[in-house]
Amino acid sequence: MRVRRVLPVAGEVLASVGERVTAKQPIARALLDGDITPIHVANGLGLNAVEVPSALLVQVGDRIEKGQVIARSKGIFGFGKKEFAAPESGTIESISGTTGQLMVRGAALPVEVLAFVDGEVVAVHDGEGVTIQCDVALVQGIFGIGGEAFGDIRFAGTRASDTLEAASIHAAFKGAVLVGGGRVTAEAVARAREVGVSAIITGGIDDADLKDILGYDLGVAITGSERIGLTLVITEGFGDIAMAQRTYELLRSLEGRAASVNGATQIRAGVMRPEIIVARSTDEVHVQFARAASTEAGALEVGTSVRLIRDPNFGRIGAVEALPTEAAILGSGSKARVVRVKIEGGASVVVPRANVELIEA
Amino acid sequence: MSAPSQTRAYPSIDLRAVRIILATDCGSTTTKAVLIERQSDGTYSQTQRGEAPTTVEEPFADVTIGVINALTEVGELAGREFIDADGRIIRRSNENDPRGCDLYISTSSAGGGLQMVVAGVVAQMTAASAKRAALGAGAIVMETIAANDRRRPHEQIQRIRELRPDMVLISGGTDGGNVQQVVQIAELIAPAKPRPRFGSDYAMPVIFAGNRDAAPRVEEIIAKGFDLSIVENLRPTLELENLDPARDRIHDVFLEHVMAHAPGYEKLIAMSDAPIMPTPGAVGDILQRIAARDKVNAVCVDIGGATTDVFSVFDGAFNRTVSANLGMSYSISNVCAEAGMDQILRWVHLEMEERELRNRVKNKMIRPTTIPESIDALVFEQAVAREALRLAYAQHKEFATKLKGVQKQRTVGDLFEQGGGDTLVDDMSLGLLVASGGVLSHAPRLEQTAAMLIDSFEPRGFTELAKDSIFMMPHLGVLASVHPQAAMEVFERDCLVRLGWCVAASGEARWGKPCFQFKLSGAVQQSGSLACGDVALVRVPHGAEVEITVEPEKGFDFGAGSGKPMTRRVKGGVLGIFFDARGRALALPSNAADRRLAVASWARAWETFSL
Repeated sequence: MRVRRVLPVAGEVLASVGERVTAKQPIARALLDGDITPIHVANGLGLNAVEVPSALLVQVGDRIEKGQVIARSKGIFGFGKKEFAAPESGTIESISGTTGQLMVRGAALPVEVLAFVDGEVVAVHDGEGVTIQCDVALVQGIFGIGGEAFGDIRFAGTRASDTLEAASIHAAFKGAVLVGGGRVTAEAVARAREVGVSAIITGGIDDADLKDILGYDLGVAITGSERIGLTLVITEGFGDIAMAQRTYELLRSLEGRAASVNGATQIRAGVMRPEIIVARSTDEVHVQFARAASTEAGALEVGTSVRLIRDPNFGRIGAVEALPTEAAILGSGSKARVVRVKIEGGASVVVPRANVELIEA
Repeated sequence: MSAPSQTRAYPSIDLRAVRIILATDCGSTTTKAVLIERQSDGTYSQTQRGEAPTTVEEPFADVTIGVINALTEVGELAGREFIDADGRIIRRSNENDPRGCDLYISTSSAGGGLQMVVAGVVAQMTAASAKRAALGAGAIVMETIAANDRRRPHEQIQRIRELRPDMVLISGGTDGGNVQQVVQIAELIAPAKPRPRFGSDYAMPVIFAGNRDAAPRVEEIIAKGFDLSIVENLRPTLELENLDPARDRIHDVFLEHVMAHAPGYEKLIAMSDAPIMPTPGAVGDILQRIAARDKVNAVCVDIGGATTDVFSVFDGAFNRTVSANLGMSYSISNVCAEAGMDQILRWVHLEMEERELRNRVKNKMIRPTTIPESIDALVFEQAVAREALRLAYAQHKEFATKLKGVQKQRTVGDLFEQGGGDTLVDDMSLGLLVASGGVLSHAPRLEQTAAMLIDSFEPRGFTELAKDSIFMMPHLGVLASVHPQAAMEVFERDCLVRLGWCVAASGEARWGKPCFQFKLSGAVQQSGSLACGDVALVRVPHGAEVEITVEPEKGFDFGAGSGKPMTRRVKGGVLGIFFDARGRALALPSNAADRRLAVASWARAWETFSL
């Protein structure tokens, strides 16, 4: 697997081609322009804007400190002189004779990009970052909140359907990437935050609980910048839903291993889903995936494992039994191309093709 | 409504020789192609359509692949070859050539469309005009900066820094007026250095359309790292809005900078016979032409997965708004959050459990391509659509106002209080309401489309309802810039499905009290009376003419005045006449059980669902 890691603005790359890097190692660094503070000297001294340049004691490019006198009015016959002190520190970027404003730029803000995965740098993008090649196990979730997090994989329960409750979370999980199973409760997330859990990976969550955790109702699925004290990755969806057995087993096989987790989700053109990545040595299985793949026309075949992703059968797993070519009338009255699925437990259901997703292994 | 100026030399087209037209609309996910052919009677008609996934993103990163795929499908359906072995569009060499087309044109909203930041001195005046110019050109306005927007300058700068627009439009000041505040706006933009979406080698385009006296100073400030162009002031006087020069420049910049940096667009520009237009800009153009031709006030709504666009033309004034987070898949959760679940559930006649619904909404958000399987899922989705449309229309009304500050100059404070800020949108004078977008276009019954429009837009008096059959308005908008006759003929014949008429009494309804009597003559002879809270549907053969007379009770109005009878001759659409005696503004019973009964009775009367 190749991971591209780049800065948001041009900067300095800290790694070179062929170098082995570890997940938490910085690979690039940049300085973002500092914040701008407009300073209205004309107002402060009661001058016309055109009089400001002659009243200034500083010029463009000068470094000024908060409280430093940077302008002085001449007063009338030498009386009534007024001084103007800088309200912020920074460097003067511009002086306007039209508005009487100074633009002061604050200190540059450093940003660093970490490698995120253990691996080898295979390409350096000048001034931007690197591409890292690594042998990994990758689990892709469906929705997450919170940014990048790291920790060893630990389990709170024993089954993929176990609800993750507060009572199952104890102090030993500090710093861990904690795998639940089914739905996680708001209380469990609160407890995990208290304990210092790094990330939670589980099957489902109630929307009402998500609202409690965030403190607001999430409107659009563009996440990753939340500051809730941990990263949360949901693998299946909203409601009481167990993690897919395959995903659960893959994570179980990785118990105790160091994982990199990113909750960032963006469901728009250019979809981004949350990820859990575990580095593997080359003598292990090369790359293993467990993820939901959207189904495109023609990708389905009889016998394919699928998950139903729309009520009333949301979350059920089954195998494709038939793929009628003709569009069918649904219960809603709409016409759509359908698939017949034999779901776990033996029953067969006919559902729109748009409402199933392949389960990749 | 002027066409964008050319960014490459487009050959002049002999319209008499144009028989076969191909048009594409490159959307974020799908590229839709249509074939338009001149018929033996000399009129134009849309004959085939095809679509293919849009290929702007990796691994393809070339929009023309999707275009070629969609055109290939059209060619297969039409039995005519449009693409040669090298993947180029074939042009007919003579009248009898069995291959190729005479004209190829396109619109585009791929890659998130055109995203802009606009700025002005006063939020309600020049900044509002700048926003109208940007929206009218088909942009998504990410942020509006104004000297009086209640943020401190450093907060405004911080906000600009966080955004990644495709271009910035600066307005401010009337010609010969205040320079200082206009310059101050430029001084906010320059140090903020907004970063463009497409790469760091891209100089951010900035259009200045403000006080011409400020232009030289703005030129000094907006210098390094920017590509500044100066056009006529979009608000030369308080009484005049002059949006066309700014709008045309936005189109040019869109083609020269934004499109040129999007994958494959250079090839697309070279392929097309007219400038590529942003999709919503093309929709706005065709709506304005229709409104002008039919002398009618018109509203068109396009509800998508992420956004809802509303276009209106009232007394010749065009407005467009984009409600960025009101949509039926990506943004469905936001609709529920903004409207509140109670507001949504008021349109549902079935018992539904809120916890379960909240989870369903989020599951739709994270898997946006799923479709309702059951009746209750459809009922709920259409309820959400009603609220999304209602909110989008309310935002549109708030934005589509008469010019503010046009009256006598007293003090600056007085300007904001003057009555010039009323909305231009008058539901009583609305003549045509056009629906497009998945939830409206693909509703299993056309009656559901009509009911969603009526419940959310609450038209008053006589309003014709229609839907865009296959979302062809973008194609026809760009076609109109080259061949207006063909565009108008196809619009009438193939694009618009005229559903019927809504005949609604305006007034406060006291449920159960008499509201109005109606009488139909002509193709259908029928009469009846409706009590407040009732609705009825009278079927009229498609295209047949009927005369409708309504006699309202005192306190109710169909456009002639309170309690005054009114007669109109209308042509039946595919559904008929939707009579509505629920009053305006529409208020549903507050008691949940009564409300469910009322909603169920409307569903029966308008035949939206079988109950």
